Amino acid sequence: MSAIRRAFTEDFTIYRVAELKPVLLAVIQEGEHIELDLSGVEHMDSAGCQLLIFAKREAGAAGKTLAIVAHSRAVQSLIEFYNLAAWFGDPLVVPAA
Amino acid sequence: MDELKQVFLQESFEQLDALESLLLELENRPDDETTLNGIFRAAHTIKGAAGMVECAAVESFAHVVENVLDRLRNHEIAVSTKLAALMLGCTDHLRVLVANEAGVAQMAGEEIEAQGARLLKQLGEYGPGGQVSASPKTVESGVERIPSSGSAQNCWHISVRFGPEVLRQGMDPENFLRFLETLGDIRHLETLADAMPAAAEMDPEVCYLGFEITLESSADKQAIEDIFAFVRDECQLSILPPNSKVADYLDLIRNLPEDTLRLGEILVQVGALTADELAEGLRAQSAPVDEPEPEARQIGEILVAQQVVQPELVVAAVAKQAQVSEKKAQDAKLIRVPADKLDHLINLVGELVIAGAATSLLAHTRRDGELIEASSLLTRLVEEIRDASLQLRTVQIGETFNRFHRLVRDACKDLGKDVQLVINGGETELDKSIVEKIGDPLMHLVRNSLDHGIEAPAVREAAGKDPQGTLFLNAFHDAGNIVIEVSDDGAGLNRNKILAKAVERGLVDAEAHLSDREVFDLIFAPGLSTADQVTNLSGRGVGMDVVRRNLQALRGTINVDSQSGQGTRLTLRLPLTLAIIDGFLVVSGNRSYVIPLDAVVECIERPESEHERNYFNLRGQVLPAVCLREIFNLPGERPARESVVVVQYAGLRAGIVVDRLAGELQAVIKPLGVIFRHLQGIGGSTILGSGEVALILDISALIKISGQLEQRLIARPELRNA
Repeated sequence: MSAIRRAFTEDFTIYRVAELKPVLLAVIQEGEHIELDLSGVEHMDSAGCQLLIFAKREAGAAGKTLAIVAHSRAVQSLIEFYNLAAWFGDPLVVPAA
Repeated sequence: MDELKQVFLQESFEQLDALESLLLELENRPDDETTLNGIFRAAHTIKGAAGMVECAAVESFAHVVENVLDRLRNHEIAVSTKLAALMLGCTDHLRVLVANEAGVAQMAGEEIEAQGARLLKQLGEYGPGGQVSASPKTVESGVERIPSSGSAQNCWHISVRFGPEVLRQGMDPENFLRFLETLGDIRHLETLADAMPAAAEMDPEVCYLGFEITLESSADKQAIEDIFAFVRDECQLSILPPNSKVADYLDLIRNLPEDTLRLGEILVQVGALTADELAEGLRAQSAPVDEPEPEARQIGEILVAQQVVQPELVVAAVAKQAQVSEKKAQDAKLIRVPADKLDHLINLVGELVIAGAATSLLAHTRRDGELIEASSLLTRLVEEIRDASLQLRTVQIGETFNRFHRLVRDACKDLGKDVQLVINGGETELDKSIVEKIGDPLMHLVRNSLDHGIEAPAVREAAGKDPQGTLFLNAFHDAGNIVIEVSDDGAGLNRNKILAKAVERGLVDAEAHLSDREVFDLIFAPGLSTADQVTNLSGRGVGMDVVRRNLQALRGTINVDSQSGQGTRLTLRLPLTLAIIDGFLVVSGNRSYVIPLDAVVECIERPESEHERNYFNLRGQVLPAVCLREIFNLPGERPARESVVVVQYAGLRAGIVVDRLAGELQAVIKPLGVIFRHLQGIGGSTILGSGEVALILDISALIKISGQLEQRLIARPELRNA
């Protein structure tokens, strides 16, 4: 089926999550396999992480798959700290700095 | 000895004192929960502190004591006199153990061990937990304690659900959790977002996150809680101490908003529970299922609920936590300052007073108005500083008094008497150095009263008195002195017996006519004891002569009043401070003398016509007059007009005849050398602003001298004309 990949470069922080929510929901609407490229996300806080959890959950609820295909250092570090790596189930690849 | 141990020793002794006084209180009010809790807490603190500094002996013994106290607190055993006595014995033993840690125990090692073993045996009678080595196993059916494997040691379980507004307020849960890492090692962390609602309602700025954390840390509960202090009101936080029981985790599961099974799995994941334990626990709990599921409760309630159901671990944690916060509150109010620093400050203030006096003298001789004004302001401030810094050294005497509860109680047991101790004026303040020095003399007086003063119940009843004797300890301020009274309603002093003994000892002439007061004063003579039998109590400690000598060293006095059959009252008068006094400067024969201002009542003129008399008339009252010129053999002509300073001490008044009055001053007392020890009428010296030395008059001695002169004249009237 249709796989779409979407790259984000804005920060996943409390300041942006309100704008990001509809964007993510729209992305989930668009395809069956959603791939998020977060390698350009410089900052992520708990609100951003929560939004990712939300997106993953929504995708799952709609019978779709959502994968994070590329993590920035900030994203990876928080996901690891929150012990969510297994839950997201994505291979963590650190882009060459 | 390292600093930590120092603190431990000091705190332990304080806690032991508190423990002792609480135990004594418990005897009077066996049902008082607060007292019981206080006792438990004190014992627990000692144990905890001992553990911190690795005093195994203290820790293990305190542990056993604490177990028995815990049973007491849970009403498993009742308060009895025997138990209270045993607990007091244990307190004493702990004191010895602590002293032993400091290397100042007055007992040999084997003796301590023997005593400990004996006490442990007695403690064993009060139920399980009386073993020193094994940690206590609480007897609760159906619930198993999680075995503490090496890795799970010190693993706290923290459940936290952040409140919805946390993110908006700019507080990121991540920061709190990262900060948690400073306390120890986060063994496992599970993020829960189950509270997140469906897509439409989900507000990305609202926090739906919760965490289950296993933290390996040696920090206490308070420290962990403190991390969440900023969001304390907003979040739901439960902290389970290491090695909590399965039931506690199950309660936690029940009290958290997420699905029971999911939480259970998480707990299994974080290693808090094993799968079997969870299954069994849930099955056991689902039995009383008709119980309505509790609503999501406030965190406080959950803690309360936990406190109810959890064994001593949580109680201990909570007690510790309460105590930590109590201690924090106390610490905020109190600062420990080394005594020598205070002494140094007082010394400096003393020098400041002298320097200030010199400045003000200069200002006056220069007749410079502005300088005088400036220096008087300075003087006032120096006075305030002086008072404030002296205040730093003052303590309430109540603490010293309270120590006697135990003494009275024990002595009563030994002597078979029934005595009630009544304390008044415990809040009276006086200099710490004085408090320290009067402890022993006071103890001796109290012992004397108990031993010789108050009669046995049968004797009292026969005399028509209440079989229970009363011992009063009373303290109050009077004219710049502190007065301490030790009185009893006992038999009173036996005048004839004292006199007979004194004659036998050759202290007084058999033919001498002595007033009651003089006879009673004989009890302060060395080597005089009226006791028919030397008891355990009066056999040890200092004698009355030593008591008086100690008091005199403090510039204090002791008086005895006694009514046969009614009781005895010993009155101790002590100066409030040893360092600085407000003085009144007088001049006689061009020499300056200082009279403590507190003793001065008024000043009057004395016409030449009265010069030869050794009394004077003060508004109809005849008072003895002491002429400084005569007493100190001062040279020079007497002035035409002399002044009389009326002074008061211990309710007695006298006039001191001087050449001239020179006004008030602050006198820094410099003690006289040993050579002048026997000098009567001089209490010390001080340096005036001019650099001149002035002697400080000892008013009590002067009044006594005047009285003695008079009494001698009354006894032998022929001398009056000689």
